[in-house]
Amino acid sequence: MADLSVTIAGVPFKNPVIAASGCFGFGLEYEDFFPLEALGGVSLKGTTLEARAGNRPPRIAETPAGMLNSVGLQNPGIDAFLREELPKIAGRDVVRIANIAGRSPAEYRELAERLRGAAVDLIEVNISCPNVREGGAAFGATCEGAVSVVREVKKAAGQPVVVKLTPAAADIAEIARAVESEGADAVSLINTLLGMRIDLESRRPVLRNNFGGLSGPALLPVALRMVWQVSHAVKIPVIGMGGVSSGRDAVEMFLAGASAVQVGAALFRDPFAPVKIIGEMNAWCDTHGVEYVRDLRGAASLWEDDPDWRLL
Amino acid sequence: MFCDSYPITAYEDLGAGVYSLRVKAPQITAAAQPGQFVEIGVPGFSLRRPISLCGIDPEKGEIRLVIADRGAGTHTLSTLREGDSIDLLGPLGTGFALPEPGAHVALVGGGIGTPPLLPLAERYRETCNAILGYRGRDQVILDVDFARFCDTVVCTDDGTYGVKGTVSPALEALLQACRIDIVYACGPAPMLRAVRDLCMQYSVRAQLSLEERMACGVGACVGCAVMTEHGGVRRVRRVCKDGPVFEAADIVF
Ligand SMILES: Cc1cc2nc3c(=O)[nH]c(=O)nc-3n(C[C@H](O)[C@H](O)[C@H](O)COP(=O)(O)OP(=O)(O)OC[C@H]3O[C@@H](n4cnc5c(N)ncnc54)[C@H](O)[C@@H]3O)c2cc1C
Ligand SMILES: Cc1cc2nc3c(=O)[nH]c(=O)nc-3n(C[C@H](O)[C@H](O)[C@H](O)COP(=O)(O)O)c2cc1C
Ligand code: FES
Repeated sequence: MADLSVTIAGVPFKNPVIAASGCFGFGLEYEDFFPLEALGGVSLKGTTLEARAGNRPPRIAETPAGMLNSVGLQNPGIDAFLREELPKIAGRDVVRIANIAGRSPAEYRELAERLRGAAVDLIEVNISCPNVREGGAAFGATCEGAVSVVREVKKAAGQPVVVKLTPAAADIAEIARAVESEGADAVSLINTLLGMRIDLESRRPVLRNNFGGLSGPALLPVALRMVWQVSHAVKIPVIGMGGVSSGRDAVEMFLAGASAVQVGAALFRDPFAPVKIIGEMNAWCDTHGVEYVRDLRGAASLWEDDPDWRLL
Repeated sequence: MFCDSYPITAYEDLGAGVYSLRVKAPQITAAAQPGQFVEIGVPGFSLRRPISLCGIDPEKGEIRLVIADRGAGTHTLSTLREGDSIDLLGPLGTGFALPEPGAHVALVGGGIGTPPLLPLAERYRETCNAILGYRGRDQVILDVDFARFCDTVVCTDDGTYGVKGTVSPALEALLQACRIDIVYACGPAPMLRAVRDLCMQYSVRAQLSLEERMACGVGACVGCAVMTEHGGVRRVRRVCKDGPVFEAADIVF
């Protein structure tokens, strides 16, 4: 049995597998398959100040090795989140992560304020949702946008702050550095990558929102590259996600520089996915003589350039 | 809810590109209610396929799935035969409200919307009327199965089988002729709207089974939204968890 525990921004996790926001409801939908306690943590559905209806359906489209979603942050709002959803899992032995999204830096700040004293261990600041008209990935795409949100959140937050980054940024490492210098306690990446599918018969997009965020195995290599770049640009911990579906994928994320992983779309294919991933990581560590999973973090090293080889 | 690999005990080609699978899944069968569904994992595809329970046989521990070959996933599933295994997640969702036996119910099914109604025919039998609509003779499925349990009228758009026309005139005639406690319907959206309008006109309760594209199937991703309105309050509900069956009067099409 390897030691799978990790610590992120001072918060101890019994294992490094976290259910990804938007894929695990408010924590109880998968209770028929495994107890919440089996996970290291849960990132709860993205929450906004007021209740939101989200986008008109269809919201789901299948893709090669993945899927698109255009849910558009449907959620009951922070009041209902605090009053109705959070209490249901407040006593459970799992790290609870609130995922927040706003239209303006002031809204993000108010959300962080409302979470003061609530039964959440970390706040994940979603500046990367590709499915909303205002805010969302627009903040995560530039250093100025990202900094403006993180600055406000840090003024109000009672819990450590994880900033969730978008692959839509031109240079994600630069965004990570900017939020680190603004006091972010960790970063998580990647959110979905904007995509599209078109129905051949109707010649209309499958999604009523036309575009939607890509998740699932198709994202894995992009996520690995970005986790690598970000983890080499900042000192704060990196939570890696995007297509993680097996223990091997999770180990790869660690080697790229992640301190924990989140699992989203894999749940839809296999509701046991997170628990299997934990078991497979454990087995992999055992057969490879790894005692502490945290020792794998950033353990891969790049090939050095070999200019001589190119000589013709 | 359960998720496992289960053995197929029978395959049947129903014609018109539709096939029937019986699956030995005692856990799912024991928990299943009419109107619920399963999500089938198809090798090589990232999303599961939602398919209604067309039969629930607690004695044999078997469910029946009737599937139309409509795309790559349902085509792959069409190659399964007796002895193969199938990956099921279920039973999922909230099924039909079930008044006590003796209630007079009407079933209105369109095409591949007919399968989820069959367990209701079996339950209500003599106090049940089924009205089944298809495009033409070649598309007719399950009419014999329904007729085994209850009074069954088949309608075809082109008149090549049964009564010519849509299900609406047949439903209206039934609503005029006898007291119906509840109407259950599943099929294409225009048919569902027509059923709702008729039932409102005759002040008869109706429940509709809806389709929406799904990911998780268990209520976790809110991918499968439907807008509902009840008592003047609009609410987005999940087809996979709060439905697929909804009160007709509440649905905002
Ligand atoms: C609650 C429910 C019950 C259903 N019951 C039955 C049934 O008993 N028998 C039957 O033949 N069909 C049923 N369907 C429709 C069935 O799910 C689709 O025909 C099937 O998913 C198509 O998959 P495909 O790979 O063949 O098609 P593709 O077009 O290749 O599928 C691509 C993606 O779109 C989704 N999709 C395509 N059409 C539909 C649709 N109409 N509804 C939902 N998702 C769709 C698929 O699941 C997949 O994710 C039901 C749908 C729902 C929501
Ligand atoms: C249906 C769906 C809803 C999502 N909702 C949110 C959300 O509310 N907030 C958020 O930060 N990320 C959201 N995401 C993104 C995921 O948390 C994750 O970053 C992404 O899906 C990549 O991981 P995966 O490939 O393991 O799914 C959502 C993803 C999906 C598929
Ligand atoms: S498909 Fe995920 S909530 Fe319905």
